[in-house]
Amino acid sequence: MPRPLLSLLVALAAAYGLSAASGRFDPYHLDIAVGVGINVILAVSLNLVNGYTGQFSLGHAGFMSVGAYLSAAVTMLLGPKLLGETGGTAWQQGALFLGALVAGGLSAALAGLMVGMPSLRLRGDYLAIVTLGFGEIIRVIFQNCEPLGGALGLNGIPAYTTIFWVLAFAALTVFTIYCLVHSTYGRGFLATHDDEIAAEAIGLNTTRYKIVAFVVGAFFAGIAGGLYGHFKQTISAAGFDFTRSIEIVVMVILGGMGNTLGVILAAVLLTLLPELLRDFADYRMIIYSVLLVVLMLVRPQGLFHFQRKGAAKP
Amino acid sequence: LTEFLQQLLNGISLGAIFALIALGYTMVYGVLRFINFAHADVFMVGAFVGYYVGKLVPEHTVWGGLAALAVAMVACAALGVIIERLAYRPLRGGPTLNVLITAIGVSLLLENLGQYCFGATPRPFPELFPVATYDLGGVFISSNQLVVIGVTVFLLFALRFIVLHTKIGTAMRAVSLNKQAASLVGINNDYVISFTFALGSALAAAGGILYALNYPSIDPLMGVLPGLKAFVAAVLGGIGNIPGAALGGLLLGVVETFVNGSEWSTYKDAIAFALLILILLFRPAGLLGRHVKEKV
Repeated sequence: MPRPLLSLLVALAAAYGLSAASGRFDPYHLDIAVGVGINVILAVSLNLVNGYTGQFSLGHAGFMSVGAYLSAAVTMLLGPKLLGETGGTAWQQGALFLGALVAGGLSAALAGLMVGMPSLRLRGDYLAIVTLGFGEIIRVIFQNCEPLGGALGLNGIPAYTTIFWVLAFAALTVFTIYCLVHSTYGRGFLATHDDEIAAEAIGLNTTRYKIVAFVVGAFFAGIAGGLYGHFKQTISAAGFDFTRSIEIVVMVILGGMGNTLGVILAAVLLTLLPELLRDFADYRMIIYSVLLVVLMLVRPQGLFHFQRKGAAKP
Repeated sequence: LTEFLQQLLNGISLGAIFALIALGYTMVYGVLRFINFAHADVFMVGAFVGYYVGKLVPEHTVWGGLAALAVAMVACAALGVIIERLAYRPLRGGPTLNVLITAIGVSLLLENLGQYCFGATPRPFPELFPVATYDLGGVFISSNQLVVIGVTVFLLFALRFIVLHTKIGTAMRAVSLNKQAASLVGINNDYVISFTFALGSALAAAGGILYALNYPSIDPLMGVLPGLKAFVAAVLGGIGNIPGAALGGLLLGVVETFVNGSEWSTYKDAIAFALLILILLFRPAGLLGRHVKEKV
């Protein structure tokens, strides 16, 4: 069996084992673990766009909100009809949740397609600002959408997210993106990143690669959004603003762009850091921002950067 | 028609503030090619300096207001230079993305320091300038709007003079065209970049005070949304282009004010971005930006 697939199966089994033993852990630690898992999904999926393909996207929280709202709508509106008064068995709930997550992911992917299209014409900073703009537009639309709670947001989302779901999807995300980038087709992402003109010259359709990266990245962001919504049980558009997108971008850059392992570590570290600094409650955001600047000055190539095999030095 | 003119006037005074902030973004982008996210928070610091100086000078006097404006501009110019020296200069020559992250870090730092030092609750901004409202045949203009427009026009012309007719301005244009060639002809790049930051931050401070005069409540996060919009304005006009930033700011201010007055008012925060996307789809380099062909 190929190694990535084996790793995936091991990770899934570990997730299942961990969730079976979840009763023994401190609920506070479990909550943090769920937060870490969701951030890993977000950071790894954004890494496909920002790191591997080299398209600077600042709208990841927007895609996340699409997934969160859509999947919450599915479980809240369809759930009672399908499962009846009793709420159904655990398996039925799981199936519904899976369907809701996939629906959220697909709608986010659709949104990604819509953002990817104009990126045909724009590059660099202009693309960054357009994705930022899309993120903000999505936020304002949700804020004004009364059926989805308007500015108050959606409340009372069923708490389906468990540590199993989060870890399983985190493993799935890492697996998919790893395999995608390391496939023959996926080399095109790196080529687009390294030199767009040269990639076009050898006949790669760089535009297609950019759009595929956006769509796949958005899909997993949507899944992460769905997990987040069913974990917090309440979502509001204000929680998916520009600052959230920035947080994810910071994880990607600190982890070393285009380096999945580094990005995972950075996501874990940056999620734990505010919790570790909780003792200094008043100063913790100040420390966080100082650390960010200092880390960037000391290790500009990212915390966990390792030279990619065969990559040309810049 | 009077309503139209009134809205236009309100839009221009809002747009003037956007233009002042956008100029800082565009100048820094011109010389360093990166988005200075901390700029929006320099704007906030400017408003707070104005707040504290405003307590020292008598209210409702022209000289008191101008003094607050001047102190804030000098203080923020110094802040801009310090930020550049400590956070951006060590990364000079590295990938722009890293500088972008430090910029975000500095922005978070200023916001959180602000929340720590000033408290998170909004405070009322003192009325620095004399308050009056004039009636121009059905169109009302407040003295604060006059101040905004007057100060902005003055600063824009001062900036134009500096950039076009002084030695340092010529050096700035040279650096933004080609850093290497500029240093070959004897321009001290570091000095020019520091000066650019000082200039941009001073304009942001002026923008902060003018904004606080018209929306008289300030808090440490007040810079975020105007900052984003001003950045949009800079891109709208073609980033790196000084007249473009002024034009983009005015356009954005006017459009936003009209949307705010219509039934779509809850969408006003999205309209800036929708306008941006629309314009970039047709003119990918912004309104006044020149499209640079990439050469191999």
